[in-house]
Amino acid sequence: MSTPSSHSHEHGHESGGHEAHDGAHHTNYVKIWAMLLVLLGVSLAGPELGIRTVTLLTAFGIAVVKAYMVAKYFMHLNIERRFVVQLLTVCLGLMMLFFLATAPDVMKHWGMNWRNESAKNANIPEATHHAEGGEHAAAGHEVVPAHEAAPAHQAAPAHEAAPAHGAGE
Amino acid sequence: MVRPIATTRSASGVPTGRLAVWWVLASEIVIFGGLLGSYLLHRLGHPEWATYASHTNTWAGAFNTFVLLTSSLSAVLAHQAAEQGNGKKAANLLLATCGGALIFLIVKSFEWTAEIQHGYTITANGFWSFYYIAAGLHGLHVIAGAIIMLIVAADARKGKDLQRVELIGIYWHFVDLVWIFLFPLLYIAK
Repeated sequence: MSTPSSHSHEHGHESGGHEAHDGAHHTNYVKIWAMLLVLLGVSLAGPELGIRTVTLLTAFGIAVVKAYMVAKYFMHLNIERRFVVQLLTVCLGLMMLFFLATAPDVMKHWGMNWRNESAKNANIPEATHHAEGGEHAAAGHEVVPAHEAAPAHQAAPAHEAAPAHGAGE
Repeated sequence: MVRPIATTRSASGVPTGRLAVWWVLASEIVIFGGLLGSYLLHRLGHPEWATYASHTNTWAGAFNTFVLLTSSLSAVLAHQAAEQGNGKKAANLLLATCGGALIFLIVKSFEWTAEIQHGYTITANGFWSFYYIAAGLHGLHVIAGAIIMLIVAADARKGKDLQRVELIGIYWHFVDLVWIFLFPLLYIAK
């Protein structure tokens, strides 16, 4: 029979995890679980205050804390070999790179030589009203009000403007 | 008896089976990270999605968070029992974790039924497309985890391959971890 303990003993010397695995036995998992539930309660109570910053902090800040606790105490990443943590961190870093590299294209609706009319239209209140049942109503078929239009210095010339069904949306 | 190589070899200092699970999770980070990153980008670019998000059931999401956190507790206690060589206790705790998976899926099915009946289908708009794809992909991971856990529990009850209890536990905690981020993204941020 092969038990997790036998693995700890076989490989603990290499990883320095022998003592650490012993330490894991002393972790009070029920206490960690109770703390996670308290954090869940806080993340639910936060939005009740109606303050955007508090909502974001309690929702996403606490999600990060909860994820850290699960990874550290339940997945035992604190006593795992360092290269495993590095492997996971690299993947998270790649995701951040993906996010930052594509954010300008997705989140901005016009640039030097392009405009994304459908994305822009989807944000105007009138379009939002029509789009209650779906975005299709707002997808590039509405005229952008003058005050919502791109600044003159950023607006693309008519012959360069993107079609109404702009790329990326 | 000859043991499978994943239970006997450790070229990297981490048992090969556990290393394989970490590799799976590394790829899962890219899958869920890409999906949630895309959702975040579009959500920030479309403030009106907050209106759509207001139709999701926060209490159902919170209850499912509670269920998954509790199932993570039973999974880690199963691992602890396996380390102590108590296969029967580990198997029972894994079955309790499977119970959590079942409750999670039942709540989700009621939730989805109500939403679809109100016309919030996967094709309604971008928000609902992301909602069903992200929650659906997560749900598929819950189903896969539960099936694997049943197999591991059956072996653990016989005192066989107890190291697998830890492996499925690590996977299950990751499933819990993904939900920890899905919950505020889809249910709280309105």
